[in-house]
Amino acid sequence: MKKIATREAYGEALVELGRENPDVVVLDADLAKSTKTIDFGKHFPHRFFDMGVAEQNMLGTAAGLAAAGKIPFCSTFAVFAPGRAFDQLRNSIAYPRLNVKICASHAGITVGEDGASHQSVEDIALVRAVPHMTIFVPADAVETRKAVQAAAKIKGPVYIRLGRAAVPVLHAEDFLFEPGKALVMRQGNDATIIATGIMVAEALTAAEELAKEGVSVRVLNVHTIKPLDVEEIVRAAKETRAIVTAEEHNIIGGLGSAVAETVCEHCPVPVHRVGIPDVFGESGTPDQLMEKYGLKAEHLIAAVRKVWELKK
Amino acid sequence: MEQEKIAWLQNKAREIRTHIIRMTAAAGSGHPGGSLSAADIVTALYFHLMRLDPQRPSWPDRDRFILSKGHAAPLLYAALAERGFFPVEELLTLRKLGSRLQGHPDMKSLPGVEISTGSLGQGLSAGNGMALAARLDGRDYRVFVLLGDGEIQEGMVWEAAMAAAHYRLDNVTAFLDYNGLQIDGPVTEVMSVEPVAEKWVAFGWDVQVIDGHDMVQIIQAVEVARQVRGRPQMIVARTVKGKGVSFMENQVNWHGAAPRPEEAERALAELAAQAGLAPN
Repeated sequence: MKKIATREAYGEALVELGRENPDVVVLDADLAKSTKTIDFGKHFPHRFFDMGVAEQNMLGTAAGLAAAGKIPFCSTFAVFAPGRAFDQLRNSIAYPRLNVKICASHAGITVGEDGASHQSVEDIALVRAVPHMTIFVPADAVETRKAVQAAAKIKGPVYIRLGRAAVPVLHAEDFLFEPGKALVMRQGNDATIIATGIMVAEALTAAEELAKEGVSVRVLNVHTIKPLDVEEIVRAAKETRAIVTAEEHNIIGGLGSAVAETVCEHCPVPVHRVGIPDVFGESGTPDQLMEKYGLKAEHLIAAVRKVWELKK
Repeated sequence: MEQEKIAWLQNKAREIRTHIIRMTAAAGSGHPGGSLSAADIVTALYFHLMRLDPQRPSWPDRDRFILSKGHAAPLLYAALAERGFFPVEELLTLRKLGSRLQGHPDMKSLPGVEISTGSLGQGLSAGNGMALAARLDGRDYRVFVLLGDGEIQEGMVWEAAMAAAHYRLDNVTAFLDYNGLQIDGPVTEVMSVEPVAEKWVAFGWDVQVIDGHDMVQIIQAVEVARQVRGRPQMIVARTVKGKGVSFMENQVNWHGAAPRPEEAERALAELAAQAGLAPN
């Protein structure tokens, strides 16, 4: 299967968007080569602003650009925005509902060798708790391109979470990306894995394996964490009566929390959250870290067995 | 500049100060000290220096004013109301449930508020963004930003200062309301910002130091700033916290406390007595 990092797709999508819409401007904080905004900078130098190592000022400047009618896309690593520039995201962008897109790459532990200081395990939790925010966590390159297009059409603040590591391409080019609508990637009746971002691929692998044992697992791809597709999640709870969540993020405050809150309110069934178990990461290869922190298909399989038992 | 216009502006500033006292007294909370200290600057901007049309608050070519020290909201609201952006009567709804006059400025609720502020240190960055947009769009509007002296202790201010010079934003003119007092005491004791003019010079700005209560100096400084090419401009305005009300002047306790009814009465009587007495 072909593998592309979502940040690569982001860089390409920005150039495409820049051609279509002259109001799109891009800001980066000295990481343009890593976040891939550099391609936009090459194509549209007058609409690209490197703000240096100053993420707070980057978001504040973006707020001013948006207030004057521009559509700024800001990029850095997720630890720095929302992380370092959280107050600017909150007060200068989200509160006045300004049309700023914060597209953070290097989210999660698959940052790899740089270690815990650069591995954001809490960004979804931070942004989720802020009113007015839309959150996209694309699963692959195709979804990333569509999320970028969708973000440009939304009049308001959007957070897009991107990864460093190459991940499998799951979608055909013509699939329909609807903000706020979860995608049923695979039908099943015994349990549902509700996954986001790069964990969708792991979920599909897990479902495939479990099918061999005769366990029919549904896979839901929640590319939009906020607003959450409550309807599709409740349907999965009602129809499969057992849920596993999967995210490359702390199990506190991210997709797992969002799903557990929703399921508890509407249709209580066993839920098991697979994610980073409330710890910081460390240096290692992305693959080693996914293994060590329990984010591989095998961990999802074990989790499905667990909820499957609880449901009986 | 003719004497008559200066006297008119001085009197307008006095009216703005009167509103500030009435509003904070009615609200029972708010920030009179830093609103009074910057009243002359904001009056000069809204009633003489800025290109504005209150009937068209979203006019793309308007000059922008950003109150980075958002706690001086009563000052901004008084200027906007007096300038005709919304009814003057609405000023007394400050800080009340359902009011468009939020405790700190909310751009979504009130026409004329260019950006929401309140969390200190963020206004200059937003101003830079607007200035960059002006350049992209080929528009000649100017962005004015008012910073507090305590506020410039925020690191983000210096990120923005660096960026404005780097991008040669000569359409950005900032004022520092240098009243010397912040919540915990004198700025020099809490966290000195000196040498302040030299800091802005070192960051690549054109810097002027003026008396922030002298209408002529304020206007002349902006006229000088307009002629600067290739650099943003900082006008360090020496001011008195609580200016215009004797018992509030240079008193740190009036940073974030509203006058009680009898105090408001005294303050209003003092301001009324200043009518026509402003030195020309």
